[in-house]
Amino acid sequence: MIKETRIALKNLGKINPESIDDYISQGGYLAFAEVLEMKPTSVIKEIEDSGLRGRGGAGFPTGIKDRYTTLSCEDCDRYIICNADEGEPGTFKDRIIMENDPHLLIEGMLISAYGIGASKGYIYIRAEYYLSVERVKKAIETACERGYLGKNIMGTYFSFYLEIKLGAGSYLCGEELTLMESLEGKRGYPRIKPPFPAEKGLFGKPTLINNVETLSHIPTIIVKGSKWYTGLGTEKSKGTKIFTISGNVNKPGYYEVELGVSLRSLIYDFAGGMKEGKTFKAALLGGAAGTFVDESMLDTAMAYDSLKEKGATLGSGAIIVLDNDQSVFEVLFSVLNFFKHESCGKCVPCRIGTTQLMLLMNKIKSEADKADILKEIFHQSELMAKSSLCPLGQSPILPVKSSIKYFEKELLTFSA
Amino acid sequence: MNTEEILLKYKPDKENLIQILHEIQDLHPQQYLTETDLLKVAKYLNITRSFVYGVVGYYSMFSTTPRGKYIIRLCESPVCNMFNSKMIAEKLKEILKIDINQTTADGLFTLELSECLGLCGNKPSMMINRETYTELDENNIELIIKNLRNN
Repeated sequence: MIKETRIALKNLGKINPESIDDYISQGGYLAFAEVLEMKPTSVIKEIEDSGLRGRGGAGFPTGIKDRYTTLSCEDCDRYIICNADEGEPGTFKDRIIMENDPHLLIEGMLISAYGIGASKGYIYIRAEYYLSVERVKKAIETACERGYLGKNIMGTYFSFYLEIKLGAGSYLCGEELTLMESLEGKRGYPRIKPPFPAEKGLFGKPTLINNVETLSHIPTIIVKGSKWYTGLGTEKSKGTKIFTISGNVNKPGYYEVELGVSLRSLIYDFAGGMKEGKTFKAALLGGAAGTFVDESMLDTAMAYDSLKEKGATLGSGAIIVLDNDQSVFEVLFSVLNFFKHESCGKCVPCRIGTTQLMLLMNKIKSEADKADILKEIFHQSELMAKSSLCPLGQSPILPVKSSIKYFEKELLTFSA
Repeated sequence: MNTEEILLKYKPDKENLIQILHEIQDLHPQQYLTETDLLKVAKYLNITRSFVYGVVGYYSMFSTTPRGKYIIRLCESPVCNMFNSKMIAEKLKEILKIDINQTTADGLFTLELSECLGLCGNKPSMMINRETYTELDENNIELIIKNLRNN
């Protein structure tokens, strides 16, 4: 049977999250000490060679992002931001890392900051994550006391300051450029891309923004080497991923497994399988901005490219499992309702589109010519995907298209 | 601590606006932002009142109307919804005799809905102020509310 391979969760349950000594006893801050002896470009190269890709959902190669951030100017201020605004429905991996191993995240940020030459970093945490905020805050304080943060760290010329910033209840602020607007103290409205954060990010400066889980891989990559890391996962999706499994399974929870594991294995080997007497019907992969799959996808490798080839998405690693008693229509309904609620209203296609989709979803419940309405739902979400400013308006097409692909019959026969 | 003391903890930069608003709101026994406070914030950060109101209005955790001592945030996201969070909402409305976004007459509870709280492994779930409550059902919510009432 396949076992968990823990990198981002390596210290989980082994240390007291509030004790820096516990973290150090597990080899903590050794990677950072090693990095201080290296050239910044070599640090970036190591990360690039590891093949690590963003674990927040988009899957962009982390090392390339690091390098781009250093290219836009020679000697200017740069920022690093940790995106800890976890809010994708069904996702709770970043919370687990911050609550259980906050120093790992800080060390990952220190290494990246040294690599790109940033002296100031922010961790943007959603305000509802009170325990995460407390733990990270305490970790920053003790790291400062021990000289891992601040001026001339460990007697070198490298200085780095880290600060927590809170969100205030907006899903959209998890989108990188929107997050930067919020971090600057403004309404969470998305910016037009390009320019990308690597060129013009926070306060108009080159900015590296990474997800909590992504940063938590970096210390291990440095200590064990990129070569070791590339031995994990698949050809194009290296390393491990935390999958958060919820819904109708016996053991919902978080499992860190090598990329390439099958959905079947995640559900049956790790999450304890379906409840007695129930069968697997569907899974929503990647959260609300994700895709439905049916049992024909159970043996597909859970990795960025293999899923993409089949029109599905890995996203944040959320897996919401539905058994034969659940209604795909109801889940789609609540997903689209979620988008309607979280649309910021800045661009018309998303503001009007998310509302239109809900009107149509309500209409399809009662009216006879459901096929026409479903076509209209598809059409509207396609238009939104093409014309919306940011990923929020571009996302409804994912659950809409995939639910039609696998469950059209059910959507057409649903009656409230 | 009062509003002025909170303000002085921060540099008068706009980037601190959201943090300041959180602190002021948390300090108020009715967990909301008063007009007087918002004016002080605008003045201190040297930004317009409309800018401050724009930010307050955007973020769902901020309120310009008084709320209860306990703010209940019930998760209504897709996973909790699969596990009857709607029924929990109805039950809470019945126990508290209020609707969503209302506050009980005794000023103790405000009932709000929230997007995913990241507690999907133990659904359905909610938060009351800083505490998380999971695996909710008709019986345990009654007990949770009762305990807080007697507190």
